[in-house]
Amino acid sequence: MTAKSVRLVLPTAILAAVLSVSCRAQDPAKADFSQQALQAKIAYCKTCHGVSGQGFHGSTPIPRLAGQQPQYIENQLRAFIERRRENKYMYGVAHVLSPSVQTALANYFHSLNSKPVGGAPKELVAAGKKIYEEGLLDANVPPCASCHGPEAKGDGEFPRLAGQLHDYIFNKLVNWSKERGQDPKHPDTSAIMQPIAHNLTKTQIESVAAYLNYLE
Amino acid sequence: MIKLVRSKIAILAIVSSTIPSWAMDLDTVKFRNCTWCHGESAQGYAPAPRLAGQTERYIENQLLSFRAHTRDNPFSKQYMWDATANLSSRSAHDLAIYFSTLTPKAANDGDKELANAGRTLYENGNPDANTVACAVCHGPNAQGIRDIPRLGGLSYYYLKRKLEQWGEGYHAAAKSPMPQIASKLSANQIEALASYLSFGK
Repeated sequence: MTAKSVRLVLPTAILAAVLSVSCRAQDPAKADFSQQALQAKIAYCKTCHGVSGQGFHGSTPIPRLAGQQPQYIENQLRAFIERRRENKYMYGVAHVLSPSVQTALANYFHSLNSKPVGGAPKELVAAGKKIYEEGLLDANVPPCASCHGPEAKGDGEFPRLAGQLHDYIFNKLVNWSKERGQDPKHPDTSAIMQPIAHNLTKTQIESVAAYLNYLE
Repeated sequence: MIKLVRSKIAILAIVSSTIPSWAMDLDTVKFRNCTWCHGESAQGYAPAPRLAGQTERYIENQLLSFRAHTRDNPFSKQYMWDATANLSSRSAHDLAIYFSTLTPKAANDGDKELANAGRTLYENGNPDANTVACAVCHGPNAQGIRDIPRLGGLSYYYLKRKLEQWGEGYHAAAKSPMPQIASKLSANQIEALASYLSFGK
């Protein structure tokens, strides 16, 4: 290549890239990622979240994603990016994902169906089931089932809880106001859980978490 | 010479005084077999890693994986396969408990200039390249937990070779995600990580 033609290569390449991206952006049916890139990203998620999305006990409990409500996953990814939900690892993971990749990942993990990892103390399950189904009227805690569903499968933006890691549930409920709703200028749906998380005692949380841990 | 002998006796005395009573049932011969390579206080020599302060379940799993020939890198094959050929599961369990109670010392043998880059990679991974943050499993201080090993203070040379070998196709103990993680790392990243970790606890 001559020096002159080399100088044209870079601007031409940039122009071509810009034109091709804008063409794709005008066609909503075409994704802005390749299948290969998506598969690589899925493998990356699974390194922490488990080979079947079942969750994993790392240095901290990493939640199950298998069978999760796609709307909930997408909302959480947005919340991590906008730092309404504070988690430094998930911020790093989420902020490089395009919206269409986020949707694809949410739908993919929703499609997985693995057995719960289990491991919660079995003696707490009965008490947890009662709280889940009946709530705690004295503590102003509504039945979890009323929003999360009778089988804890979730609905739309209400997450599936069935099969979730028990210590993950415990950590999240105990730390709710420290981690969620972190942008007071942009309150989000996490506000619904704040008074509930606050009103539950640690033992009650452990019980509900144990019950949910074994649900398929 | 006399000073060296005296300090070796002192080390032995200190080490043996920390052995809990149940470990007195431990076959002394098995423990001495470990010390030839791993050092009398289990801090490690060159390719034989520090065992002191390692997580109990990790040590136990590795001993069983050597015995089952799952871990197959050259030094494993050359030394650990024989060392564990007649190791009972009970002994593996007891050895693991014993080593996990010893106080670890940091190797401090990495490249200080690479340590910062290593720390960034350890704590954040590289989301664009789909490299996970090591801290998520190994802990913010590389202290490990359950069957996930402590990495803080392990020798630069040992860590570097392990990461490279997984990229070369050698196997880890069953269910470990490390081969697929490590094979994505560049040579620079491996040196940075190994350096950073060698200065840890």
